[in-house]
Amino acid sequence: MNGTKALRARERLIFEHSSAGRVGYQLPHLEVPAADPAATLPAELLRGELADLPEVSEVDVVRHYTRLSKWNYSVDEGLYPLGSCTMKYNPRLNEELARLPGLAQLHPLQPDDQVQGALALMWQLEQALIAVTGMTRVTLQPAAGAHGELAGMLMIRKALRQRGDNRRKVLIPDSAHGTNPATAVFAGFDIVEIASTAQGTLDLAALRRQLDGGDVAALMITVPNTLGVFEPDIATASALLHEKGAFLYMDGANLNAFVGVAHPGKMGADALHINLHKTFSTPHGGGGPGAGPVAVSEALVPYLPVPMVERHGDRFVLSSDRPDSIGKVRGFYGNFGMLVRALAYIRSLGRDGLRGMAEGAVLNANYVRKGLEGSFKLAYDGPSMHEVVFDDTLQAATGIKNIDIAKRLLDYGFHPPTMSFPLIVHGALMIEPTESEGIEELDAFIAAMREIAREAKETPDLVKGAPYTTPVSRLDEVRAARQPILRWRRGAE
Amino acid sequence: MHRYQAGSEDRRRMLAAIGATSVEQLFETIPSGVRCGALDLPSAQSEEEVRREFWAYATANAAPECFASFLGAGVYRHVMPAAADALIQRGEFFTAYTPYQPEVSQGTLQAIFEFQTFVCQLTEMDVANASMYDGATAVVEAVLMARRLLPGRSRVVVAGSLHPEYRAVLDTYEEPAGLGLTEAPWGSDGRIDRQALAAALGPDVCAVVVQSPNVLGVIEDLPAIGEAAKAAGAQSVHAVAEATSLGVLAPGGRFGFDVVCGELQAFGIPPAFGGPHLGFFATRQAHLRQMPGRLAGETVDSEGRRGYVLTLSTREQHIRRGKATSNICTNHGLMALYTSIVLSLLGKKGVRELALASYATAEYVKSGVRGSGLGARLAFPDGPTYNEFLVLHDDPDGLLETLKKEGILGGVSTTRFGARFPSGVLVAATEKNTRQECDRLIDALRRLA
Repeated sequence: MNGTKALRARERLIFEHSSAGRVGYQLPHLEVPAADPAATLPAELLRGELADLPEVSEVDVVRHYTRLSKWNYSVDEGLYPLGSCTMKYNPRLNEELARLPGLAQLHPLQPDDQVQGALALMWQLEQALIAVTGMTRVTLQPAAGAHGELAGMLMIRKALRQRGDNRRKVLIPDSAHGTNPATAVFAGFDIVEIASTAQGTLDLAALRRQLDGGDVAALMITVPNTLGVFEPDIATASALLHEKGAFLYMDGANLNAFVGVAHPGKMGADALHINLHKTFSTPHGGGGPGAGPVAVSEALVPYLPVPMVERHGDRFVLSSDRPDSIGKVRGFYGNFGMLVRALAYIRSLGRDGLRGMAEGAVLNANYVRKGLEGSFKLAYDGPSMHEVVFDDTLQAATGIKNIDIAKRLLDYGFHPPTMSFPLIVHGALMIEPTESEGIEELDAFIAAMREIAREAKETPDLVKGAPYTTPVSRLDEVRAARQPILRWRRGAE
Repeated sequence: MHRYQAGSEDRRRMLAAIGATSVEQLFETIPSGVRCGALDLPSAQSEEEVRREFWAYATANAAPECFASFLGAGVYRHVMPAAADALIQRGEFFTAYTPYQPEVSQGTLQAIFEFQTFVCQLTEMDVANASMYDGATAVVEAVLMARRLLPGRSRVVVAGSLHPEYRAVLDTYEEPAGLGLTEAPWGSDGRIDRQALAAALGPDVCAVVVQSPNVLGVIEDLPAIGEAAKAAGAQSVHAVAEATSLGVLAPGGRFGFDVVCGELQAFGIPPAFGGPHLGFFATRQAHLRQMPGRLAGETVDSEGRRGYVLTLSTREQHIRRGKATSNICTNHGLMALYTSIVLSLLGKKGVRELALASYATAEYVKSGVRGSGLGARLAFPDGPTYNEFLVLHDDPDGLLETLKKEGILGGVSTTRFGARFPSGVLVAATEKNTRQECDRLIDALRRLA
């Protein structure tokens, strides 16, 4: 290869593009007299030029990052069926609206009367999320799903402490996402894992046993669970918990499956985080920023983080008048830019579009399930909601593992499903197509997966060597961890 | 059907394929007792209608761009190179997810690796992670890491001049994490009171947290504070709320600090009413395994080509679950990409020039205030500052309201921060403020203050 293509095949680091004297940006002319920091500060506290920062032109920078972008797979390119991640289409309108100067340039410490539009927007979003969940109030402050979990568990902890109760156990099903146990520990609780039933759902008998043993603060559970199965006994579980003075924390990572169909409020949830970057389409951004509002039941309202937006007639205020609040979980009021996008999405879809979203998500998952049954083994054969979990059992005879299937899928032009999760499924392939996909895209995915199932039988080495068409082949992750190189250094290359 | 979803023919064919008569059939496992009726929300809106609603929100706000604005206090207005926002709007970046599949995520992974490098350069630390939520949560993670590194020690000495938003979040963790917070107040020059700091230290202290420039705008004596923490065997944390200051000020890394962390919003991230901004976290090599957050690392592919992967994930919640170093899953990837682009564009020359311009502009306003006979009203005339300073006033909210009528957002009132802080206005100036804007503010302050 030569020319641009060769450059693109091995795009250097931005630091390696550096060439003395290039500049990428011109600052405004300094209209005030220049000032020398050395006049007011000891030399020891000052630094000179940061010698290793790059010297590159604007063209260099634009080309560099454009080339990097071409090495990414994205929702804009095609189906991105990462289970439990809800990789749906991100409307361009929402990007435009979040960048309106009256929203994007607003400073968080302007007085309330200068930010009435922003407060109205936040209040409207809270109302919309109450409508969607059937819960009592919603804090918009947490910056991500795991952050919302933490806010919710801290509220539960505070509610218990307020009644002089020091119970320590948080029950977590073995199918849970890893953030649940990590969050419970960070909120100061001890974790008790409970095994799922043969159907992959919550074991009510195990829940009863734990509750009878005492000291249970809460159950953390995902609905539908990480197998894509609705928890049929969720209302019974919440009643049992409440009877014993314990709380139900519901992980809303899979809320997309039942918006407009069912209400977490009716399931008895006391706290529920909502990943706006999943269900409400704020972009995943290659790993954030997200937003994780938490909806709560009446019982937890006193403990919500401050401030909350309150409506007084036609005026809105940021109120910190909440004496039992857990306090703040992040600076200011939340990832406001993401709140703008989420409300725009809710407005665009409306009540019918939101229900249509859940319907499309569940229909698409079931269509993929139907198309892949026989080629791959279903981990559990109960009815699927928005996602379906297969495993690599049928491919075991030729030594093909889920990771090989995932890597081969890259050659067919698709992002692979979530792998090796949930932990209760060995060799899991967790597929969540979302409602964004039409039938052609799903058919192409199903055809690719079936072709890989055939290759796994007939030409397993072909599958084991995949991928062949990506910018790099399989990367040595062991080496990365054993001899960590976590930054560029001049002269190290 | 909706424009973001598939059509009725798609539905008909899919239902036929799975042998269902209606979509409703697919929801049969949801018990009737938990079902809801039609959502209490408006019907679907067109782009045009949604745009109308949001323009109404936007125009009901006083956008700082329409004023001479001197707002700061943790969120700063700096230049925003056009190329940065244009590049992050490429769908390949903003519609991708965490790079779990490195072969089709090299763009995101290499960008994270570059970001980690930029943070190490700014902080003079060995390693940096892929980002944190914001400055406040980054400080909390630094304290929690100190607690893991020094088991048995649970007290944290916190400078009174730490940003109140950061402090508030730290307070939230105090009881659940089993921490005890001791505040070290500031002295007459706005810097941490060294005697009070010495008195607060002890063998039970796991961390000393100091922000510089602090929330009063004053630059701390980092070498002395780092030494004091080290002598007490505690971890030292340099919190940064105004990251462009690192263009002229030496970072904690130079003085042996264990962690330099905080907020990178100042490098051109829109204020956006408080977020999304960009937390960062840098530490020494020795603490790598106890570090929170995601990390990208360099490696090679099966043909020996350089490539990048997420690494050292055995620290993380998806592997370690209850024993993870943090419960954080995603971070603020797109904002980290944005900041890497801004830092690339500014480059070696621009990062320093921007800091010098910001400093010079603030010094100009400060000397205008000082020379106006209002000098006594500078809260800390002897405290060195970067681009922000505190002007004392009995009624800061009233003063700001009057300034606003003259088209000036004169700063942030300390009444927002509670009674611990002297009553006044924090005035921040940057390279975005023209001389004319500065003169208008100085003139108005002379007349009104």
